[in-house]
Amino acid sequence: MTGDRLIIGGYEFKSRLFVGTGKYKDFAETKKAIEASGADVVTVAVRRVNITDRSKENLLDYIDPNKYTILPNTAGCYNVEDALRYARLARAAGVSDLIKLEVLGDERTLFPDTVGLLEAAKILVKEGFIVLPYTNDDPIVAQKLVDIGCPCVMPLAAPIGSGLGIRNPYNLKIIMEMVKVPIIVDAGVGTASDAALAMELGADAVLMNTAIAGAQDPIAMAEAMKYAVLAGRLAYKAGRIPRKLYATASSPIEGML
Amino acid sequence: MAEAIQIQVNGEPRGCRADATVGDLLRELSIKTERVAVELNLEILDRKEFDLRSLKSGDRVEILSFIGGGS
Repeated sequence: MTGDRLIIGGYEFKSRLFVGTGKYKDFAETKKAIEASGADVVTVAVRRVNITDRSKENLLDYIDPNKYTILPNTAGCYNVEDALRYARLARAAGVSDLIKLEVLGDERTLFPDTVGLLEAAKILVKEGFIVLPYTNDDPIVAQKLVDIGCPCVMPLAAPIGSGLGIRNPYNLKIIMEMVKVPIIVDAGVGTASDAALAMELGADAVLMNTAIAGAQDPIAMAEAMKYAVLAGRLAYKAGRIPRKLYATASSPIEGML
Repeated sequence: MAEAIQIQVNGEPRGCRADATVGDLLRELSIKTERVAVELNLEILDRKEFDLRSLKSGDRVEILSFIGGGS
C-alpha cells in the first residue's frame, strides 16, 4: 500500500509491524526472521558488552542499522532511576533519540508501573528523547502520556510473551478513539489473527517478539505476521460491514419465479 | 613506564596503565566505539571524551551496547 506511511516523532515507516530481537536461537535466525517480517523498526536491549569473550558476535553485525530503525528499550527496568539510566545510555550509544520506555511494575505479569512510567516519560521528553511508552490498556494513562509529550502510545494486548492475543479489545478501541496519536499495540500477540485484529480495531502498528521468535518456525511466522498486519490494515481502511443479528439476503427477490 | 592501577570494568576487576584513557581501554579490549555507551563512575561519557578522560585507580567503567531482547 503506497502512501499509507506511519509517522512517529518525525520518523516515517512503511511497515506497520515492529519486531523485537530477543529469544531467537541465534543471530542468523534473528536476521532471517526480521527480513521475512518486512519490519522497518527493530527493538533492542541495552546491556554490558561481553569483555571476557571478545570472539562473541554482535547483534548489529547481523542487523544493519542503516537498513532498519533501531529502537532501544529499557527492558528489565523496575524503577524510574534505572529506566532513565538505560535510556540515556542507549542514546549515548549514538544511534538516535528514540527510546521505547518500559518501567515494569511486577515480575510475574511484566505489567507497566504506570506511575513510574509517567514520571520517567516526563523527564525523558524534557531531555529531548522521542519516547515510545509501553503502557497498559487504560485510556486515562494513555492520554496522560500524550499530554506529557509522547508522540505515540503502546498499550499491551496481554502480558509480554503470553500469546493470549487481545485481552481487552474494548479498551483498545476506546484508546484509539480518544487518544489522537498513533497507537502501537505491543505485547501478548500470539498468532497472525491477533495482529490482524489489532489492526482492524484501528491500531497504527503492532509490536511483537515472542510470537515470532517462539513459534515453531519463526521465519514462517514472521511472514505470516507481515501479511496479518497488512490484511488487518487494509480491512480497517476498507470499512467493514456492520454486525447484524439477522440475515440480509444478498440476491434480489425481483425476477424470481 | 607508568605503573599499573586497579579499576573495575563491567563489574570485574581489571588492571590498566596509570595514564590510560577510556579510549585506550576500549582499544585494548578490541571494542569498536560505534554504538557503544560508556559510563565512568556513573557519569555517561560523550564519545568525544573517550580519548580525553584518563582512568584513575578505583574507577568503575561500564561499557554497554545493544543486544537482542525486550522484557
